[in-house]
Amino acid sequence: MNIHEYQAKQLFQQYGIAIPEGQYAATPETALQVAQDLGGEGWVVKAQVHAGGRGKVGGVKLAKSLAEVTEFSQALLGQRLVTIQTDSFGLPINSLLIEKIYPIKRELYLSLVVDRGSERIIFIASAAGGMDIETVAHETPEQIISVAVHPAAGLQGYQCRKVAYALGLNGAQIKALTKIMQGLYDLFLAKDASQIEINPLIETHSGDLMALDAKINFDDNAVALHADILAMKDPSQEDDKENLAQQFGLNYITLDGNIGCMVNGAGLAMATMDLVKLKGGLPANFLDVGGGTNVEKVCEAFKLILSDTSVKAVLVNIFGGIVQCDVIAAGILAAIEQIHVAVPVVVRLEGTNAEQGRALLSNTGLNIYAAEDLAHAAEQVVALAEAV
Amino acid sequence: MSILINKDTKVICQGFTGKQGSFHSQQALDYGTQLVGGVTPDRGGEEHLGLPVFNTVQAAVDSTGATATVIYVPPFYAADAILEAVDAGIELIVCITEGIPILQMLRVKAAMAGTGSLLVGPNCPGVITPGACKIGIMPGKIHLPGVIGIVSRSGTLTYESVHQTTAQGLGQSTCVGIGGDPIHGMNFVDVLARFQADEQTKGIVMVGEIGGTEEEAAADYIKAHVTKPVVAYIAGQTAPAGKRMGHAGAIVTGGKGTATGKIAALKAAGIEVVNAPTDIGVAMKGCL
Repeated sequence: MNIHEYQAKQLFQQYGIAIPEGQYAATPETALQVAQDLGGEGWVVKAQVHAGGRGKVGGVKLAKSLAEVTEFSQALLGQRLVTIQTDSFGLPINSLLIEKIYPIKRELYLSLVVDRGSERIIFIASAAGGMDIETVAHETPEQIISVAVHPAAGLQGYQCRKVAYALGLNGAQIKALTKIMQGLYDLFLAKDASQIEINPLIETHSGDLMALDAKINFDDNAVALHADILAMKDPSQEDDKENLAQQFGLNYITLDGNIGCMVNGAGLAMATMDLVKLKGGLPANFLDVGGGTNVEKVCEAFKLILSDTSVKAVLVNIFGGIVQCDVIAAGILAAIEQIHVAVPVVVRLEGTNAEQGRALLSNTGLNIYAAEDLAHAAEQVVALAEAV
Repeated sequence: MSILINKDTKVICQGFTGKQGSFHSQQALDYGTQLVGGVTPDRGGEEHLGLPVFNTVQAAVDSTGATATVIYVPPFYAADAILEAVDAGIELIVCITEGIPILQMLRVKAAMAGTGSLLVGPNCPGVITPGACKIGIMPGKIHLPGVIGIVSRSGTLTYESVHQTTAQGLGQSTCVGIGGDPIHGMNFVDVLARFQADEQTKGIVMVGEIGGTEEEAAADYIKAHVTKPVVAYIAGQTAPAGKRMGHAGAIVTGGKGTATGKIAALKAAGIEVVNAPTDIGVAMKGCL
């Protein structure tokens, strides 16, 4: 789960991590009020969307007057922001973060992530902040330092000093960085984060360290344990269909093609997409209906797939293990009749009672094709989608 | 012989009296698995499916001599269940549960270091030696005792591989679903090493997917240590970057963990990689 920058900074504040002075605003009037209250002569107006790369596309503006704060706020609010990390529709800007401007001496990078290889939480830091860290890692790996924290020992002082020296910090800054790293580690554990990134972590002219940006992702498997984090969820930043799917226990991801896919199991769902592509088609979605498939789930799955108007044909691929294929076939028939599926549906059933299942789907008078095997099913659905 | 389990393996079930535990325990018994009891706290002394229920794993081990356990408890209780099994000295712990928080698994793995327990999963279908012992949620009927070792991160793709190797008349020695979570127990290399050492296993099917670097590690290992033929398939060639494809561990981040990268690594190690998931069985037959 993702949250907004302003929410991440609120969490930073709770954990003693220095952030710029600022406030969240959902209207130009509030934005102006915030700027007035902050005082000073310049402010930064930041669009709050769940995507990086905002600065490059005008989502972060420097206002040199209160009039500009109003102007930028009016221009941004209600618009959609398209960045390198969003799709071509972008994400709605429903709120802004208004902050004071600080004189920047250096931009650093600091993040925390679960490293699946070492099975540790690791800190990643670099003196080359403000840039895309993956580019830095690729082009100048010597500029990246990482330290792994043992879960029993926790974060140690020497690990923070190691990072501080690598970043060229000294004196009081070492203590300041230690405080930031400890705060981040505590926050990570307390809220079941999966990634926290500060890019950039700035060093001001007076030598202070401050999180100019803040990004936190949370472990989807753990958010149910954290009511405060769940309350930060912003559905406007997520795909409507993906949200709806979640409510029905379906795993759905929108893609660009025209062949709808309904599959049981995540691995088989991916493999089915791959096979459709291999046969010359393009999948319209990833959809895992899960293990305990029933009529209701299949109905909802069809509704989701068909709510995408580019879908020209649907491939249902079920490996019936514990659930019997004839039961699934009956469910598919019920679903197709209930919601009046108009596009052709190719069904591949394998596993227990597969033949009975196929027999049920044959000669129904409906636009259903019971495929002999998966390879044929993929070929058939691609041909049907092209014929439309 | 098979790997990890055989017809004599004594198994208990944690979360025995729950809906999932009950259903799959009955299926295991029907398959012929030596399921000898189960654990549900506060239900000790009762009988369930004709087998004794114990309050603790230790009590179950002491009474039955079980060396393997299968875990069906809900996600927020699964870490506790795994560590209880470790503490009782269980040799093989198979955790089916999906949805365990990653930081809990991170602590579980750290706590397991240096113990004698092996963990399979979580978020996996389990382990089966066809005709001998079934531990997990896989449909027993599709399996055939035989010579192919199957290791996979995906449940349904394991079934797909089983189905195809059965159709080719090859059958399976043992099938191990290592699970779809980013932090999990046995990995590809752990299982490959056992298949290489196993006399019954004549060929190996390895099914990977996007995310992480375990397939790359497996490629290096196979090149150096595995002399048996290996057929590999990697799911997720069409998966968009940054999106989690159902499995918690199936995600391409920062250009790492792509199907293309994994396929290249496997091919560079001389492993036969099939492009279509439907070609696994035929390709395996062709290698023998």
